[in-house]
Amino acid sequence: MEAVGERGNLAGVGHILLVLSGKGGVGKSTISTELALALRHVGKKVGILDVDLCGPSIPQMLKVQGKGVHQCDSGWVPVFVDQDKSISLMSIGFLLEKPDDAVVWRGPKKNALIKQFISDVTWGDLDFLIVDTPPGTSDEHISTVESLHPYKPLGAVLVTTPQAVSVGDVRRELTFCKKTGLQVIGIVENMSGFVCPHCLECTNLFSKGGGEELARHAGVPFLGCVPLDPQLTQSLEEGRDFIQEFPKSSAFPALAHIAQQILDRTSPQGS
Amino acid sequence: MVSHVWCRVLCAGLCPVALCRLQGWGSAAFSSRSLSSSTNDEFLKEKRAQIMSRGLPKQKPIEGVKQVLVFASGKGGVGKSTTAVNIALALAAHDSTKAVGLLDADVYGPSIPKMMNLKGNPELSPKNFMRPLKNYGIACMSMGFLVEETAPVVWRGLMVMSAIEKLLRQVDWGQLDYLVIDMPPGTGDVQLSVSQNVPVTGAVIVSTPQDIALLDARKGAEMFRKVRVPVLGLVQNMSVFQCPKCKHETHIFGADGVRGLAKTLGLDVLGDIPLNVNIRETCDAGQPIVISQPQSDMVSLVLCT
Repeated sequence: MEAVGERGNLAGVGHILLVLSGKGGVGKSTISTELALALRHVGKKVGILDVDLCGPSIPQMLKVQGKGVHQCDSGWVPVFVDQDKSISLMSIGFLLEKPDDAVVWRGPKKNALIKQFISDVTWGDLDFLIVDTPPGTSDEHISTVESLHPYKPLGAVLVTTPQAVSVGDVRRELTFCKKTGLQVIGIVENMSGFVCPHCLECTNLFSKGGGEELARHAGVPFLGCVPLDPQLTQSLEEGRDFIQEFPKSSAFPALAHIAQQILDRTSPQGS
Repeated sequence: MVSHVWCRVLCAGLCPVALCRLQGWGSAAFSSRSLSSSTNDEFLKEKRAQIMSRGLPKQKPIEGVKQVLVFASGKGGVGKSTTAVNIALALAAHDSTKAVGLLDADVYGPSIPKMMNLKGNPELSPKNFMRPLKNYGIACMSMGFLVEETAPVVWRGLMVMSAIEKLLRQVDWGQLDYLVIDMPPGTGDVQLSVSQNVPVTGAVIVSTPQDIALLDARKGAEMFRKVRVPVLGLVQNMSVFQCPKCKHETHIFGADGVRGLAKTLGLDVLGDIPLNVNIRETCDAGQPIVISQPQSDMVSLVLCT
C-alpha cells in the first residue's frame, strides 16, 4: 500500500476496514472480533480500533478488560491480546477508571478522542486494522471517516440482521457510505436463523434473507449469512477464541468464509 | 498509568472538568485550554461551578403531558423500540381513558414508523406545531416522518440536540397522560438532551441476558443516576427461546443475566420476555403483538411488565 503524505502512526498498516451498521445490536463487535481472530489464524497481524465510546464491547470479547494503556514516545501503545502480539486493541474501555463507568459525552468530546485514537496510537506493522463503530451515523462515524480518509481505507463491511427494521437502518448506512466515498466491501446478514440443538428445526427468529435482498438491491457484494449460535455468544462472553475452539459450530463456516472473502479482496490478484 | 493517559487527552483540548468524573453533563461548548501543573484546586472548583451553572439548560415540562417514561438501554438491538411500542399500546389498552403518546428519539435509526405502520409527513397546526401521526389510538412522532426512508441522518451532536428539542416541544401532543420516549442506544447527546430538557417520571432499562449487553445496560443505569432520572426497573428481553417444534428451551443470549444486574443495582425486574418469532413478525408487519394477538401469552407477559 503506497504511503499517502504523512501517515504517522498508521504508516505500517496494510488495510483499514470499518465495520458499520445503521442498527444497534446486530453484531458489529462480534463480527469485528471474529474477523480479527480468523485473520490471525491465517497468520495476519491485526489491530482493532473500538470507537464505540458509549458501549465498548471488544475488551470483554477478547478477555483483556481492565488492562492499562501504556505510553511511548510516539503515543499510546495498544493492548496486546496475546503473547504473540498478533492482535492489538485500543478502546475507551481501557481508559476508564472502573469498567462500569458511563461515558456520557456530547459530540465534540467524542470527536476529540476519536481523532487521538486515530493519530496517536502506535499500531506498528499491521496487515489489517479493523475499526468497530457504534450504531448510527453520528459524530463518531463522521469523525472516524473524516480522520481515516487520508489513509484510504479498504472499505466498510455492513452488518445487519434480516428483519425489516434493521435492513431499513442499514439502507441508510449504505447511503452514508456512498456520500462519504467509503467503498462497501459487502453486507453480512447476522443472526440468520436458529437451529434447535434438540430437533434441528430451523426457526427464522429475526426473519431471513433481508440482508441478502438488500445487497442485491444496492448492488453490493453479499458476504454471507451467520446463524444464531449460542456457542458463539458464550465464547464472546468468556473472551474465548471461537475460531480455534469451536470449528464445528454452526457459525464457524460462515465466519471463515467472510474472512476468506476479505483476504481475496486484498490479495495481489484480487479486485 | 491511566491518569497519564487522561492528561494527554486533556492536553488535546478537552476541558479539565472531564478529569473529575463529574455528573456526566459533558458539554457542547467547552473551549480548549492548556493545563498548567500548578492549577489550584479551589480555582478549579469555582471555574467548574461557573461553567456548570452556565451550561445547563432549564428543565421545563411539556405542555399537556402528565408523565414521561423513557425506554433506554446502553446497548443497541435489545428491543427498546419493540418494548416501548408494546408497552405504550398496553397502557392504552389497559385503560381506555388514558391518552398515550409515543416519541421516537432515535434520530439515526427510527424504528417506530415501521412498527406502528405509519408513514407520511406530519401536518402543521395553526400554531406551527407538528401534529403527531396516530395509529391504534397512540399519537406518534419520529424523525422517520421527517426524512425519506433511505436518507441517513448524518448529524453531529449540536444538530441532534436541536432536533430533539423540536420533537419534544414543537409537537402538538394535546393532553397526554403518558408520553413514552423510545431512546437510541448509547449514553450521549440524545439521552442528555431529553433528561436535561424535560422532567422524566422514570426510565425503564431494557437488556438481553448476556454480559456484553449488561455491561452497557449498567452504564445506562449509571447515566440516569448521574442526570437524576429515577430508574423504574429493568426488562429482560430475549430471555429464552422455545423451539416451536419440540418445545426445547435454549438460552441463546445467556440465562437470567438481567436478574443478577437488577439485584446488584437494587432495581426491580419489571418483566421477562422470551424470544418469540411472533413478536418480531408482528412488529415488522406494523401490527405489534399487543394489538394483533391480544390473547397470546406474550401479551400477558408484556402487560405484566
